[in-house]
Amino acid sequence: MSGFDDSLLNEADETVRIRMVVNGRKVAWEVAPRETLVDCLRDRLELTGTHAGCEMGACGACLVQLDGRAVHSCLIFAVQADGATIDTIEGLSERGAIADLQAEFHRRNALQCGFCTPGMLVNAHELLSQVAQPSREEIRDALSGNYCRCTGYEAIVDAIDAVAKARGTSGGVT
Amino acid sequence: MTAPLTSLDRPNSYIGRSVPRPNAKRLLAGRGRYVSDLRLPRMLYAAFLRSPHAHAKIVSINTEPARAIEGVHLVATGVDLAEICTPWTGTLDHFKGMTSAPQWPLPVDRVVWAGQAVVAVVAESRAIAEDALELIEVDYDDLPVVVDLDVAREAGGPLVNPGSVNNICFRSQLDNGTVDDAFAHAAHVVEEEFTFGRHTAVTLEPRAIVADYDPAAGMLTVHHGTQTPYQFQDLYSRHYDIPESRVRVIASDIGGSFGMKLHVYHEDMAVVGLSILLGRPVKYVADRMESFVSDIHARDHRVRARMALDAKGGILAMDVEDLTAIGAFSTYPRTSVVEGNQVIRLMGAPYRFENYRATLEVIFQNKVQTSQYRAVGHPIACAVTERLVDMAAAKLGLDPFAIRAQNVIPDDAYPQTSPTGYRFEALSHQACLKRLHQMMDYDGLRAEQADLRKRGIHRGIGIAAFVEITNPSPAFYGVGGARISSQDGAILSLTPSGEVRCLISVTEQGQGTEAIISQIVADQLGLAQEHVKVITGDTEVTPHGGATWACRGAGIGGETALQATRALKRNILEIAALILQEQPSALDIIDGQVVDAATRNQRMPISEIARIAYFRSDTLPPGTQAQLTVSHHFAPQGYPFAFTNGIQGCLLEVDVETGLIKLLKHFIVEDCGRVINPMLVDEQLRGGVVQGLGAALFEECRYSDTGQLVNGSLADYLVPMPMEMPDIVIAHVETPTADTELGAKGVGEAGTAAASACVLNAVNDALAPFGATINSIPITPMKVLTALKRF
Repeated sequence: MSGFDDSLLNEADETVRIRMVVNGRKVAWEVAPRETLVDCLRDRLELTGTHAGCEMGACGACLVQLDGRAVHSCLIFAVQADGATIDTIEGLSERGAIADLQAEFHRRNALQCGFCTPGMLVNAHELLSQVAQPSREEIRDALSGNYCRCTGYEAIVDAIDAVAKARGTSGGVT
Repeated sequence: MTAPLTSLDRPNSYIGRSVPRPNAKRLLAGRGRYVSDLRLPRMLYAAFLRSPHAHAKIVSINTEPARAIEGVHLVATGVDLAEICTPWTGTLDHFKGMTSAPQWPLPVDRVVWAGQAVVAVVAESRAIAEDALELIEVDYDDLPVVVDLDVAREAGGPLVNPGSVNNICFRSQLDNGTVDDAFAHAAHVVEEEFTFGRHTAVTLEPRAIVADYDPAAGMLTVHHGTQTPYQFQDLYSRHYDIPESRVRVIASDIGGSFGMKLHVYHEDMAVVGLSILLGRPVKYVADRMESFVSDIHARDHRVRARMALDAKGGILAMDVEDLTAIGAFSTYPRTSVVEGNQVIRLMGAPYRFENYRATLEVIFQNKVQTSQYRAVGHPIACAVTERLVDMAAAKLGLDPFAIRAQNVIPDDAYPQTSPTGYRFEALSHQACLKRLHQMMDYDGLRAEQADLRKRGIHRGIGIAAFVEITNPSPAFYGVGGARISSQDGAILSLTPSGEVRCLISVTEQGQGTEAIISQIVADQLGLAQEHVKVITGDTEVTPHGGATWACRGAGIGGETALQATRALKRNILEIAALILQEQPSALDIIDGQVVDAATRNQRMPISEIARIAYFRSDTLPPGTQAQLTVSHHFAPQGYPFAFTNGIQGCLLEVDVETGLIKLLKHFIVEDCGRVINPMLVDEQLRGGVVQGLGAALFEECRYSDTGQLVNGSLADYLVPMPMEMPDIVIAHVETPTADTELGAKGVGEAGTAAASACVLNAVNDALAPFGATINSIPITPMKVLTALKRF
């Protein structure tokens, strides 16, 4: 074992025990301090709906809800999420929280390859929980951190706009 | 209240109908199956050490400390992989005199761009592999770096490949011999030099591959984020000497491709080799930084062009020189010359003129390879042509619409051959121009522009006509010796319960291939769409084909599905006729029911035919051929390409104080022949437009003098985001191709083809009162301020 860099390996070997509630279920992990939340969600829980697009908070593909607010899971170390409640696209889908958004995205083909889509939906969900009736300009502004290479964004804006209006007429579901 | 009945009012009439994509629901629920999601038992992870130098000799590599790390299974250099993989060379036979150096998965003695993968580590996790990379020592000897285009062309200057005589990859000329004469007699000549920056695809899912070599079975399975699985099956088989039948390539959900994921990448080839060496599955997913320095880049042209016109503004001639810098190698197997070749052949395509000369020079430099990315060559040819047309209009005092109306090939004048040698079957420039004028409310916009100018608000209106290449025939790659198919195949089965399963070689990257194929099958067979299951992207089960690139999904894949479905329908009706004691021609299928063709009275469900054929064939007459699976291949014949056309318009505002440009609205009129799903076509157009707008205003891979990519991250390389993008208004003209029954052409490149040309014209229109001009893309605020002499 000549030339073995002990310090590097030891550091990488260290783990910290963390607990969180992911999509309504309690989980406990031993994680290395350098592990990001997105990698933990994808690798340990196989929640592969959350995507890593840029790993620097610029593209929005990794957005999840942490304690009810949309956050970039690539910018958070898993240890920082200790004690948090996390909802990913899988959890939001399964409990029907974004069913109307998903249906409207589907109807209008507001996605193509679909890689940005979970992040888009998490962000749209966040926006509509903060602003019930955003203008198109406000929708575009809110999505400014979500990169999509396939669509021209317009159908996504249209879909969110339509859901906001529908929720408004049906009594303001959030 | 009651609109007249149309063909869409028939039952099962899906061709022409906006229906959602069945597979999109999965993606919306986070249930995509991207290669980056895949985990196989005993799978290991690869990471690559990359060259910090743009050009250097590899003196030595010390991998020992890296090999010693716990969890590292293999450290491999170029020499290790060269022992099992034969090299490749990115040339095509029909590009006479084209050169490119042989390439290996990893370099054996020299690195030729900064970011090139040099050493591979395979470990139990990506993190361990990356830890190990830090312990690898590579000793390099710097070599002269070729970055600048002019330096690359200098005689006696430094060479990208020291063994060669110069840095020229390919030279070509088109000349009908009459250009000098035309210019000598022209009333007006306009001339400009243009530069087009490098940009790259930036697919949201980076390149991803899982190679799984099973030594016991002698079988290689590769899960590959690509649009062309058959091409890779062939390549892995030949370069690693594994029988083709024992190579399976599976392309499941792909997070964006746009041409970028159909080239051979060194790391991907390496991962296959690493899996062979280890006999275990090996996964590699490029991270974003790696994508910027190793995905193909595109464009990077400098074009000098002039156009000759008569006194009335009729185009007489074009004379073009295109210099294109492609990086250190030509890509394999499609080559990096195709873009330049298309640039010089698409010049002036919408217009009637006879005299043409073009020179193409393709040049090596120490940067990552450039190659085919959405709308190969189109944006360059379109921007040059359309800018010259606008310059001519300004010189002659003509309106941009008027000069185009005067010069486009009339809609009733087809077929036509362009002076560059392309044969056009039928295009619709006049109809598209007219439609755009109306849709933009052009006169209203001009009046508003004049009004706002008085108040110091500088709006620009730009238009650009285009011709798009789609549905390539074997004349595209096949003639050059590349094993890239221009045909596609489909296998269609009626299942025992009366549904249809369609295995087809065209692939899905989100554009909706599976949806339109199921629409065509359901329409032609007379079945509800939900009873058609389409399967794509697996060389083990789907028949061989070219797959989806160059806009061939609908035109070629769709026609394949249509012809296959008609064959299956004939077979079903033959059996039905035997059972019903009827002539097959007297029967038809509607909504899954065999009916009397004349009366539409129901006779029996097709599920009953399937049941009898599969389970009670004893009740059929002796000798009955119950062929409820058909396989069918289709290759384009007739015109070598199904050219499409259209025109785009752009309205934007230039802030002359800051140089910032605000896109206000974009318009496109497009003719892709028969439209199968209008919603999907519109979304293809919008997505394409936005890629062109990104190129026009933001995107550029910028290199330092030493060949370092200086903006290789998503924080530094600007891409179009929702806030900067305008709403895009779309209209269609439909001129189906007569070469197929379906009549569909492609639509994938159309949006990108003319968007940047439109912006270039619109910005120049906005700057016209200042006498300032821009001739370079992307149009950054600095370029605007420089043109305004404010910087």
